[in-house]
Amino acid sequence: MLNYDIVIIGGGPAGLGAAVEAYEKGVKNIVIIERDKYLGGILEQCIHNGFGLQEFKEELTGPEYAQRFIDKVEEYDINVMLETMVLEITPDRIVKAVNSKEGVFTIKAGAIILAMGCRERPRGAIMIPGTRPAGILTAGTAQRYVNMEGYLPGKEIVILGSGDVGLIMARRLTLEGAKVKAVVEIMPYSSGLTRNIVQCLEDFDIPLLLSHTVVEIHGKDRVEGVTIAKVDENREPIMETAQYISCDTLILSVGLIPENELSKQAGIELDPVTGGPVVNEMLETSVPGIFACGNVLQVHDLVDNVTAEARMAANSAIRFIREGGFKKSNISVKAGKGIRYVVPQRINVDNIDKRIKFRMRPTDVYNNAILAVKSGDRYLLRQKRIRLTPGEMIDVNLSKEILKNADEKEGIVFLVEEG
Amino acid sequence: MVYDVLIVGAGVVGCSIARELSKYKLKVIVVEKGEDAASEGASKANSAILHAGYDPVPGTLKAKLNVRGNEMFEELCKDLDVPMKRTGSLVVAFSEEEIKELYKLFDRGIKNGVKELSIITKDMVKEIEPYINDNVIAALYAKKAGIISPYVFTIALAENAAQNGVEFSFNSEVVDIKRKEDVFVVKTPSKEFYARYVVNAAGVYSDVINNMVGAKPFSVHPRKGEYLILDKDQGYLARTVIFQVPTKMGKGILVSPTIDGNLLIGPTSEDIQDKEFKATTREGLNKAITVAKRSVDKFDVRKTITQFTGLRATPDTEEKDFIIGESDVKGFINVAGIESPGFTAAPAIAEMVRDILKDAGLELVEKDDFNPKRKPVIRFVELSDEEKNRLIKENPAYGRIVCRCETVTEGEVIDAIRRPVGAKSVDGVKRRVRAGMGRCQGSFCGPRIVEILARELNISPLEVTKHGRNSYILAGETKKFLLDKASELLKKEVYGNA
Repeated sequence: MLNYDIVIIGGGPAGLGAAVEAYEKGVKNIVIIERDKYLGGILEQCIHNGFGLQEFKEELTGPEYAQRFIDKVEEYDINVMLETMVLEITPDRIVKAVNSKEGVFTIKAGAIILAMGCRERPRGAIMIPGTRPAGILTAGTAQRYVNMEGYLPGKEIVILGSGDVGLIMARRLTLEGAKVKAVVEIMPYSSGLTRNIVQCLEDFDIPLLLSHTVVEIHGKDRVEGVTIAKVDENREPIMETAQYISCDTLILSVGLIPENELSKQAGIELDPVTGGPVVNEMLETSVPGIFACGNVLQVHDLVDNVTAEARMAANSAIRFIREGGFKKSNISVKAGKGIRYVVPQRINVDNIDKRIKFRMRPTDVYNNAILAVKSGDRYLLRQKRIRLTPGEMIDVNLSKEILKNADEKEGIVFLVEEG
Repeated sequence: MVYDVLIVGAGVVGCSIARELSKYKLKVIVVEKGEDAASEGASKANSAILHAGYDPVPGTLKAKLNVRGNEMFEELCKDLDVPMKRTGSLVVAFSEEEIKELYKLFDRGIKNGVKELSIITKDMVKEIEPYINDNVIAALYAKKAGIISPYVFTIALAENAAQNGVEFSFNSEVVDIKRKEDVFVVKTPSKEFYARYVVNAAGVYSDVINNMVGAKPFSVHPRKGEYLILDKDQGYLARTVIFQVPTKMGKGILVSPTIDGNLLIGPTSEDIQDKEFKATTREGLNKAITVAKRSVDKFDVRKTITQFTGLRATPDTEEKDFIIGESDVKGFINVAGIESPGFTAAPAIAEMVRDILKDAGLELVEKDDFNPKRKPVIRFVELSDEEKNRLIKENPAYGRIVCRCETVTEGEVIDAIRRPVGAKSVDGVKRRVRAGMGRCQGSFCGPRIVEILARELNISPLEVTKHGRNSYILAGETKKFLLDKASELLKKEVYGNA
């Protein structure tokens, strides 16, 4: 059995960030396990710019952003296993993996950092009736075909869902000569970043149809068209508003799901809302010594935040190896009215020096609202926010002093109040 | 070249007959409209179960062949290396009225010769199915019922038939059949085939094929059934095949585990005209969900990973029985109207058709070298670590996992393509090795499967299809449209100035 201080599962931005941080903090016996042929993860196919504004104070493409970390991994000579699939992790931190060189092998890890990223929701999950022709694919798969393999998935395209990947692909496919006929979004607002709506749709005159959905897919062998309709406030289609759009491709950008098959096997508790592990302020999961960061924990909008989270996970893993563990969580963190989820889901302020960063998303769009943190009836914080939208993650830093006022029994609750 | 027997249709019926006839010294060909075995019709989209045989009316072919067919699966699945499980089935009753129906089914089952059939009380039902709804008061329990993958079984039959000399011609829609003296001339758009005997196993098109040859006409219509497949994390909710009391439209909507561990819900039942209609509908899916919830209401619909529609080939004859026999055109054998329990009955149908051919004058001489065993299939995920290591050492392609949801290796995909009657499309690979059948539905493995298919079949990725015909996956190379447009503009400019 191999032995490493830290085993990092996933070589995307989260895994790379964690590896570089751990090395720079002096823990060098580490390994990154990556299932693909290269490091960088999904960034390798994100050839558009807009990455790195916070991290590097400049605008980079996805591959450029990844390369900055890959260069360091190479410089530091950090162990990397490519084309290697982790088959299983156990609560006592044994990692079982397979590749074509070593076959099936196991690693004993001092700490594990989960950095597996997320996957896209497929058609089945959103129950679009109709036929099952070729030409239905997720935005990420389309992106891989166009940017990495050099193929166009279709010529006349309808995109369902206005997540960031869908918006980016609307522009990308247009630039490649395809006609994007519409981006259809079931919600009354887009879940994508505002800058993407402007730069990817408005600049190219691609219509964004809010409160609409695809109600039927047509075509026997290849997609021939879709029927779309307006939806009511319960998101049920209003069939009288149905209209047919001819197209040869339907691209789905209907949500990302943290990839936690391995976590589940290890008995790690998952948050039903985020789909990621339940973690404490150290980003430690319910299994001691196993940490999570990046999109496997919660789906992020910006890779810069993933890197920051990965650094934190690396530092926690180092502390775990050196100190043997943390104080048990004593305060629960809950999402109240107007908030969909909060990460971390439980804390103990004794584990930290200064402050805890909480990340969350609102349930709806709010203008001039108050973001509040309460413990029982007592307010710990009230902050005015000009705009809250589910498409943009909210960060709240709470100092140790403030958190000391939290009641153990009541826990703390994040909520949105009228401004 | 004159074949002894030409079989129209590579569904479970056609492939069962082909495999049965491959035991004898005969020249046999299967002619199929689709690009693969079990690629078009009912054999790829049904309830994926083995019926015990209590449902058909005693004395019918359905009754006889169902019970006989059911018995044959152990040996067949062993020989063909196809996973199968005798889970048993329940028909659940919610009222005293329905208990009476259970007794009727029980009596029928006994008359049909079904073994291990019993009526059980609520306590026992709960013991067998802990997640079944509380208002179930009794059930008919048939231990002989089971679950199986219908397309895996059909493909296995085709492979074994091919190993034993049967030819397959895919993408060959039969457009005309004429009898010329002692020989049938069977036309497809690209080719003509000659055969002494023709077996019509064309599913919902069996009436069309029958009418081509000028035999006494009959009609078969499609009866549509819509299904949902739920994630494997819902699979624990059913251990047996759970039916409700049947109606005249069929055995009703069931909740069942699949052999791969998913949860299957459906089918609805609706008579339609269009033999090509394979769409799901909002109403149909909602109906399947609502009715299934009467049996087991704990499943989470949001865990649906795919939906599909299957078409049963329902005969329009008065008896509503299978139509099996030599037609009034000598040498033309109909195997038509094979609706439920047709899959279970298929191996017994094959024996029956063999005997009909014999009675019609076909000489059956057993081969000395018939091999009943299909070359075993390597399922990486089921191997022990030692076996995995040995395999990877022999062939490193087994160390590369291409489908993460179902843990399928590149080695398995390559094998599926290279086998006899191998996969030629993304769906063909999917049905053989499950790549793309998991919870991400091919988002991850899709591009990798396209790449492997292109490499193995020595074609461009642009030529790789989802399921043959016009189901292309990629529309062109990037920049190609722009280049085309540019050269067009350039031409205009050049010639415009001239």
